[in-house]
Amino acid sequence: MTQQDLNRQAVQDAISRMKDQPGALLPILHGIQDSIGHIPEDAVPVIADALNLSRAEVHGVITFYHYFRQTPPGRHTVQICQAESCQAMGSEKLTEHAKQHLGIDFHETTGDQEFSLEPVFCLGNCACSPAVMIDDNVYGRVTPDRLEQLLNNARKASQ
Amino acid sequence: MSTKVYVPRDSSALSLGADEVAMAILVEASKRGISVDIIRNGSRGLFWLEPLVEVETAQGRIAYGPVQPQDVPGLFDQNFLTGGEHALRLGLMEEIAYLKNQERLTFARVGITDPVSLDDYLAHDGYRGLRRALQMSGAEVVKEVTDSGLRGRGGAAFPTGIKWNTVLNTAADQKYIVCNADEGDSGTYSDRMIMEGDPFVLIEGMTIAGIAVGATQGYIYLRSEYPHALQVLNEAIAVALTKGYLGENILGSGKTFHLEVRRGAGAYVCGEETSLLESLEGKRGIVRFKPPLPAIEGLFGKPTIINNVISLASVPIILDKGGAFYRDYGMGRSRGTLPIQLAGNLKHCGLVEKAFGVTLRELLYDYGGGSASGRPIRAVQVGGPLGAYLPESQFDTPLDYEAFANLWAVLGHGGIVAFDDTVDMAHMARYAMEFCAIESCGKCTPCRIGSTRGVEVVDKIIAGTDHAANVQLLRDLSDTMLNGSLCALGGMTPYPVLSALNHFPEDFGLKKNQQAA
Ligand SMILES: Cc1cc2nc3c(=O)[nH]c(=O)nc-3n(C[C@H](O)[C@H](O)[C@H](O)COP(=O)(O)O)c2cc1C
Ligand code: SF4
Ligand code: FES
Repeated sequence: MTQQDLNRQAVQDAISRMKDQPGALLPILHGIQDSIGHIPEDAVPVIADALNLSRAEVHGVITFYHYFRQTPPGRHTVQICQAESCQAMGSEKLTEHAKQHLGIDFHETTGDQEFSLEPVFCLGNCACSPAVMIDDNVYGRVTPDRLEQLLNNARKASQ
Repeated sequence: MSTKVYVPRDSSALSLGADEVAMAILVEASKRGISVDIIRNGSRGLFWLEPLVEVETAQGRIAYGPVQPQDVPGLFDQNFLTGGEHALRLGLMEEIAYLKNQERLTFARVGITDPVSLDDYLAHDGYRGLRRALQMSGAEVVKEVTDSGLRGRGGAAFPTGIKWNTVLNTAADQKYIVCNADEGDSGTYSDRMIMEGDPFVLIEGMTIAGIAVGATQGYIYLRSEYPHALQVLNEAIAVALTKGYLGENILGSGKTFHLEVRRGAGAYVCGEETSLLESLEGKRGIVRFKPPLPAIEGLFGKPTIINNVISLASVPIILDKGGAFYRDYGMGRSRGTLPIQLAGNLKHCGLVEKAFGVTLRELLYDYGGGSASGRPIRAVQVGGPLGAYLPESQFDTPLDYEAFANLWAVLGHGGIVAFDDTVDMAHMARYAMEFCAIESCGKCTPCRIGSTRGVEVVDKIIAGTDHAANVQLLRDLSDTMLNGSLCALGGMTPYPVLSALNHFPEDFGLKKNQQAA
């Protein structure tokens, strides 16, 4: 099966598992993004069909929420907290360092498809600012050195 | 018998390496042929000491922290399993002043129990509130909550009992209980700590609400940034369901309450209750006009109680010990306790549950230990990104909804973020406008356009362009947002902006004490 077939199957699977729940659209979008990392454009008409919505409505929901993405992310998603508590503890310097180190800006993915860099507004780890999330793991009191170390570990893990 | 060793599974503890520490203890114990029983508890909330390891001894639980994996062999060498001396030894956990001086009602079990063990929950007074509620009429349960004086902990401080009463008295074929677990406010993490550290207390609180007003379905709307909380909640819900504390015929009462967790998707505005309901219905999180109130026409148009995690998690102890017990804590019209979250540039960040009335200064210095950087604390933001900045001259204010309102400030969800004297308050004002622009739902012009304009205007003030005119423009713009926004995102962004300008004019190129152009 091609990647596209797999994606199509994941979309179908999420839809058939969840379409009968009340307010099914967000759970379905989560299901799709959980399994393939983003919401592919060609999923929109399929979801719209299954939920009896217009394509514009589905598209509107996907674009409203910061969490849903329409392009594939890198193998690892790195989120750096930009909110006040982390600012008070040096998140701006940390962010600059991350951008330089990875050679990308926010909302971009490195050329080798390894990392996507995203801003986030509070991870609930404000007692250990500055905070960073890499995939589903949260890190606290992250210094530029520690960030590099974490990125290296992630890089190793995907080899 | 193997020794019980507690290593938290709380996200913040994990963020500092708690998993690695737990693993190191297991490995070292097996190397030495010692058997240990590792319990993954919630955090006690003393985060500068995390990863904090506790060992159960005959004298009580002895704490060690902050522990790193490389410390573990040494801890074994010095017999930490029987409370042995060690450089990281902190003594009896319950005797640490930071914890001992608190009044933990809502957080009574957090850090003590295994979050997903129902037996542990029951052994520590769990489900006593529900059992009592099951003996009472719905109106009596609601009255108990009203009598407690509990006001919503999500930010707006609306009396919880009054909200419940409206839902109780609105007839409908279906009603809902919705828990607002969006916890979008920066500098806050108490909801997360409850959900990860004592999920049953939230489940119990929601179940009591459901039984009181006749709602059979509950939803927890959880922000997507909290994957660990999601896992713990789902584990606990599954246990409660199996053991007859959720689902049909709860504890043989004939009452039904189903509960499900739904994930948000990274939109701050979805913490606003009507936006949250739209989101739960599968739509964009656009704020609704009120009325109708959610209590009358809420989720799917049905009467809905929507409450913050802490509000709901405070209900079990109120039902167990009575409204009067809870009301006896606090000051003025702020009754009970507030789980305060210390964050930002402080030496001792953590969770401090205290009766209302404790002052900011006590929190910042007696608990917080002053700034982490060692420099003077110059400003604190209380109540999240829409909360005002307070200067040192206001640090003696007691935590009380009305005392804060008098200063044109808010308590919000109880987050306190400290900044030292390197902070640039014009920069913070700019950030507040920028945050509003990023998160605006777009329904009203003052918020959508005003915030973007606000960023430009602050930039001009910083650059010194047409200075006096732009300072005036910032005030006018703030006024328009204050008065012309549908919800508090647009309506309260002026709080951080104007408080920064008024208390720290020198950062905006104005003379000190020269408040405005
Ligand atoms: C922009 C905005 C964001 C909000 N975010 C939250 C939130 O994350 N959690 C919360 O409990 N309340 C939040 N609120 C307050 C809710 O609208 C509502 O007052 C609360 O859920 C009611 O529950 P309570 O009475 O128990 O506090 C927010 C309000 C606004 C205007
Ligand atoms: S104030 Fe902002 S977030 Fe609130 S309803 Fe208006 S546009 Fe939406
Ligand atoms: S402000 Fe960064 S984790 Fe909360």
